[in-house]
Amino acid sequence: MSKKYMGQAIKRVEDPRFIQGQGKYVANLKLPDMAYAAVKRSPYAHATIDNIDASEALAMDGVLAVYTGQDIQAAGIGPIPCGFTPPDIKLPPWHALSVDKARHVGDAVAVVVAESAYIAYDALDAIEVDYTPLDAVVDAKKATEPGAPQVHEETPNNTSFHWPLGDSDAVKAALDASDHVVELDLINQRLIPNAMEPRACVADWSDAMDEMTVWTSSQNPHVIRLLMSAFTLQIPENKLRVISPDVGGGFGSKIFHYPEEIIVPYCSMQLKRPVKWVSSRSEAFLTDAHGRDHVTTAKLGVNNDGTFTAFHVQTWANMGAYLSAFAPMIPTALYITLFAGLYKTPLIFGESFGTMTNTTQVDAYRGAGRPEASYLLERIIDIAARDLNMDPIEIRRKNFIKKDEYPYQTPVALVYDSGDYDLLFDKAMEVAGYNDMLAARDAARAEGRLVGVGVSGCIEASGAGPSKVVTSLGAAVGLWEHGSVRVHPTGKISVMTGTHTHGQGHETTFAQIVAEELGVPIEDIEIIHGDTAKTPFGLGTYASRSAAVGGSAILKSAQKVKEKMKAIAAYQLEAAVEDIVYDADTASMHVKGSPDNAKSFFEISFSALTHNMPDEMEPGLEEHTFFDPPNFTFPNSAHIAMVEVDKDTGEVSLLKYAAVDDVGNVINPMIVEGQLQGGIAQGVGQALLEHGQYDDDGQLLTGSFLDYAMPRADNLPMSDLGRIEIPSPSNPLGVKGAGEMGTIAGTPTVANAVMDALQPMGVRHVEIPHTPLAIHNAIQSAAAAAD
Amino acid sequence: MYPPKFDYHRASSVEEAIALRKEHDGKFMAGGHSLIPVMKLRLADPGCIVDIGRIDALRGVCPDGATVKIGALTTHASVHASDELPDALPEAAGWIGDPMVRNRGTVGGNVAHADPSSDLPTVLTALGATMKIAGDGGSREVAAADFFTGLFETAMGEDELLTEVSVPAKAAGTGTAYSKLFNPASRYAIVGAAVSVTMSNGTCSSATVAIGGLTPNAKRCGSVEAALAGKEMSEANIEAAANAVAADLGDDILSDIHASADYRKKMASVFVKRAITKAVGRA
Repeated sequence: MSKKYMGQAIKRVEDPRFIQGQGKYVANLKLPDMAYAAVKRSPYAHATIDNIDASEALAMDGVLAVYTGQDIQAAGIGPIPCGFTPPDIKLPPWHALSVDKARHVGDAVAVVVAESAYIAYDALDAIEVDYTPLDAVVDAKKATEPGAPQVHEETPNNTSFHWPLGDSDAVKAALDASDHVVELDLINQRLIPNAMEPRACVADWSDAMDEMTVWTSSQNPHVIRLLMSAFTLQIPENKLRVISPDVGGGFGSKIFHYPEEIIVPYCSMQLKRPVKWVSSRSEAFLTDAHGRDHVTTAKLGVNNDGTFTAFHVQTWANMGAYLSAFAPMIPTALYITLFAGLYKTPLIFGESFGTMTNTTQVDAYRGAGRPEASYLLERIIDIAARDLNMDPIEIRRKNFIKKDEYPYQTPVALVYDSGDYDLLFDKAMEVAGYNDMLAARDAARAEGRLVGVGVSGCIEASGAGPSKVVTSLGAAVGLWEHGSVRVHPTGKISVMTGTHTHGQGHETTFAQIVAEELGVPIEDIEIIHGDTAKTPFGLGTYASRSAAVGGSAILKSAQKVKEKMKAIAAYQLEAAVEDIVYDADTASMHVKGSPDNAKSFFEISFSALTHNMPDEMEPGLEEHTFFDPPNFTFPNSAHIAMVEVDKDTGEVSLLKYAAVDDVGNVINPMIVEGQLQGGIAQGVGQALLEHGQYDDDGQLLTGSFLDYAMPRADNLPMSDLGRIEIPSPSNPLGVKGAGEMGTIAGTPTVANAVMDALQPMGVRHVEIPHTPLAIHNAIQSAAAAAD
Repeated sequence: MYPPKFDYHRASSVEEAIALRKEHDGKFMAGGHSLIPVMKLRLADPGCIVDIGRIDALRGVCPDGATVKIGALTTHASVHASDELPDALPEAAGWIGDPMVRNRGTVGGNVAHADPSSDLPTVLTALGATMKIAGDGGSREVAAADFFTGLFETAMGEDELLTEVSVPAKAAGTGTAYSKLFNPASRYAIVGAAVSVTMSNGTCSSATVAIGGLTPNAKRCGSVEAALAGKEMSEANIEAAANAVAADLGDDILSDIHASADYRKKMASVFVKRAITKAVGRA
C-alpha cells in the first residue's frame, strides 16, 4: 500500500520563507543597545605576539573596549576542548584569543567592540600588534620531519596522535604473497567549506538574571552550550541559552565550537550590552574549519583473477594549528574503518598520524573521513583494474560482499547491516547506459578525442551509534538523539528534536514521519529545533544522522502518543485497547467492526486536557524518546561519469553523470534527490576545481572566490538519478543517511573518468583537483615520456 | 565588509565630475564593481568618491557612420545585448562576471581599471578602438593600443575621465571574435585573444589581433597580423600565424596558482588560433 506522506515528494515547508527572503538568521538580529565586535587577526602564519597597543583604537569615538588573550585568560575562560581523544593523544591548548603566539594566518589576537560595525573595523586598523615572525610549516607530512618548525610545545614533531587499526605484519605478508601489488601515493587536497551564510554570533548577558543568551549559526546548539558550560565560558547550563535560528548551510563547518562563540559572550558580560559579530567572507576563508588535507601512501594486493588480498594504508592528516572539536575523529574512526568499501578484502591495515601545522584547523567537511577513504580505495582499485586489464566494474563485482552475507563483519571494525551491490551496479549501468557510454568513448577515441568513463562504488557509515561504541573509540559524547511529540489540546502537534536543520528540510521530512504515523495533516505539525530552551538535549545534525537517529526518536514518540490515544479511546468507547482500530486515513479511533462510532483525533486530544481517561493514566499527551541506534547505517552507491578532456588546454568537461544510491527507505524523494545533486556538485568540486592552498610561509593563496574555485551550474550536467531501497535494520524507519553520498562518490567517479580519458596517453595518476593546468602538464609529461 | 569612511559627491555632468574630483581629490566611480570590493577589503581608501553613475549622456551604444560609440557608462549587459557592435565585443561582455555584475558594471569603469585579466581591453585593442578622454582643458582621443600601458595602468591622468569608446562598425567581409581560457575560480581571462579579420576572395586581406590575460596589459600582436595578411585561411596557415604570437608576448608573462607562465604562453597560440578560426567563419 502506498503511503500518504512517507515516500512522497512533498514540497518543502521551509521554502516559501527562504524564497521570499524571510529567513531569520543570526545576522538579521538587532537587539536594543547592541554593540558590534570585530576581530583582529594575525597576518602571519607563525609569530610570537610581543605587544598589543590598543591605545589609539581606544581613543576613537565610539570604541567601547579592546580585549586580548590575556584578558580572556584572566577571566578564567578555558581553552576550546577537543571532543575526540584517542589513546595517547597530545592536546595543545586553543585559546579563543591567542596569548603568546599566532599559529595561522587569521588566528584571533584581539577583539574590539564599538557602537557600530564601521567604527569597529576602523578601530581594528588602529590596534598595533608587534609580532616576531617565525618559520612556518603547512604540509601534513613535512611537519613531522626533523627540523620542521614546531607549532606547539605540547606536540613534539608536530604529531598529536597516531591511530593504527589492523595487523600491519599480516597485511604486509599477504601483500608479499599477492600476484600483484598496486602502490599509490595520493593527496587528498584541502577544501574550504564556504557555507552560503557566514558564521555569526550575538550574545546578550543579563546582569540582573545572571543569564546569558547566545545566538550562533550552528548545526548543534546543544553541544555548543555543553562545551561553553563545561569548558570555555563555564556558565552553567541553567543560566545559558543557545539559539541557532535559520542556518544557511554548514557542510560540517558549523558543528564546532569557535573562538568567536567565546569572545562575543565575554564582551557582552564585560560591557553588559548585547554584542554582535558577523564573519566576513574573507574571515570565513581563514577561520572556518577546513576539510580533508591528507597525504597518503597505499598498497593494494590483487591476485591475477582480480581478487583483493590485502590493503595497507598510511596517512598523514593535517589538523591545522589547533585541534577542532571532532578533528581527530575524521582521519581515524570515520576513515580507516571505511577501507573495506563494498569489498571482501580479507586483511586491512591503516594508520593515521594527526599533525599540527600553521594552517587553519581541519575538521569534518561533508562526508568527513569517508570521502577520503572512498577516493583512496576507488582510485587504487581503478589502477588495479587497468594493470590487470579488467573492466572497472568487473573487478569490483569480483570482490563485492554478497547480499546474503549480512550482517558482514569487515576487518576494520564495522559490521555492515544490509546491501545488494550487484543490484546497485545493475541499476547504475542501466541508468547510465554504461555500454553505450563505453561505445561512445571508444568512437571518440578513434577520432583522437580524449573521452573517459569513470565508475565508483562507495559506502558510508552514517547515523553513528551505539553511543557506548562511539565513546569507547574516543568520542566525548554519545550519538543518541532526542525526539518528542506534543499533542496540544486542539489536536495540533509540536515536535521537538535535538537535531537542527541547516538546509536539509527537517521541517518537512520530520513532519512527514509524524503525519504518516498519526494520520494528521502535515499543516498541523510544527517542528521545533535549534534552541536549547525549547528542546531537550540532543546531539545535532551532521554525519547524515538526523533522519536515521533523530527521525527514529520522533517516530517512536509518535508511536507512544498513538498508543496512549488508543488507550483513551478504549476507555471512552468501553472496549479493550486491543480492539481499537486507529484509522490513519481519518486520524480517528473506533472499535473493530464499528467504524461509525469513532473518536476523532481532536476529541481524544482534548480528553487528555480534561482527563476523560482511565483514572490511573497521567493526563497530557506528550511523549519523549531518546533513541540510541544499535549500529550505524550503511548507505551505498554506484556512480558513473563520462568526461572529455580538451587536449590543447587540459580543460575537463563533465558530459554525463549517473548515480544510483541505496539510502534505505526514502522519506521524501525530492529532498533526497536534491541532497544527491548538491552533494555530487561538491564531489565534482573536489575532483575538478576546489583546492585550499598555502604558500611555504603559510599565507592562504586561495582566500577568496577569485582564487578558490567553487563548482558552478555550468560545470555540471543534471545527474541522472536512480535508487534501490534496501531498508536498514538499524532503525525503525529503515532509513540510511542521504546527505553525504553525492560528495563521497562524486570525487572518485569523476577523477576515475578523467584518468580513463588520459589512459591512451599512458597517464596513471594525477592528483586532484584536475584543473586545466594539472591535466595539461600531465599530458605534456606523458607526451615527453612517449618520445 | 565595511569600507573605511569616505565622502561622496554625485556629478550630473562630465564637467562637474572633473571639477568635483579636482576640488576633493576624489576618485571616480561608475558601476563601482571594481572599486567597491577593494574598498571593502580596505585595499583602497580613496577618502572621496565622485559618483559619475547618473550622467545619462554617457550611457548607450550609438552607431555613427563608420563607427559605433559606446558611452562609458554603458553596462556589460547592454553591450552583450547589442546588435550594432562587432561580434567580439558582445561575445566578451557576455563572459564578464554574472548577470548582476553585467547589469551594474560599465565599459568605462572596466577599461579605466585596466585589470590585466579583463576581457574588454583585449577586444578593444584588436578592434582598433578609440578612447575619448575628458580633462580639465577639454577632451582628447587615444587609440586603445596606446591606452593600456601596464598593470592597472592607462594613458589617463588622475584628473581625466574616460567618456566614450568608439569602435569600427560591422562591415561586410570582416569578422571579429574573442576566445578565452577562463580562470576556473574567478572566470577572468587566463588568456584572452581577440581578432578582427577582413577577407577578400578567400584570403585574409588584413587582420588585427590582440592578446591579454597573460601580459600586464593587452597587446597588439604584430607578428600574428603579419603572418595572416595575404594568406589563404587554411588550418595550417591559421596555426602558423597563431604560433607567431610567441614573438609578440614580451618577457613579462604573468604566473599564478592557476596558470604558470609556461602554460599561459602555450595557451596564447591555442586561443589566438581559436579566435582567428572563429573570426574567419564570421567574415
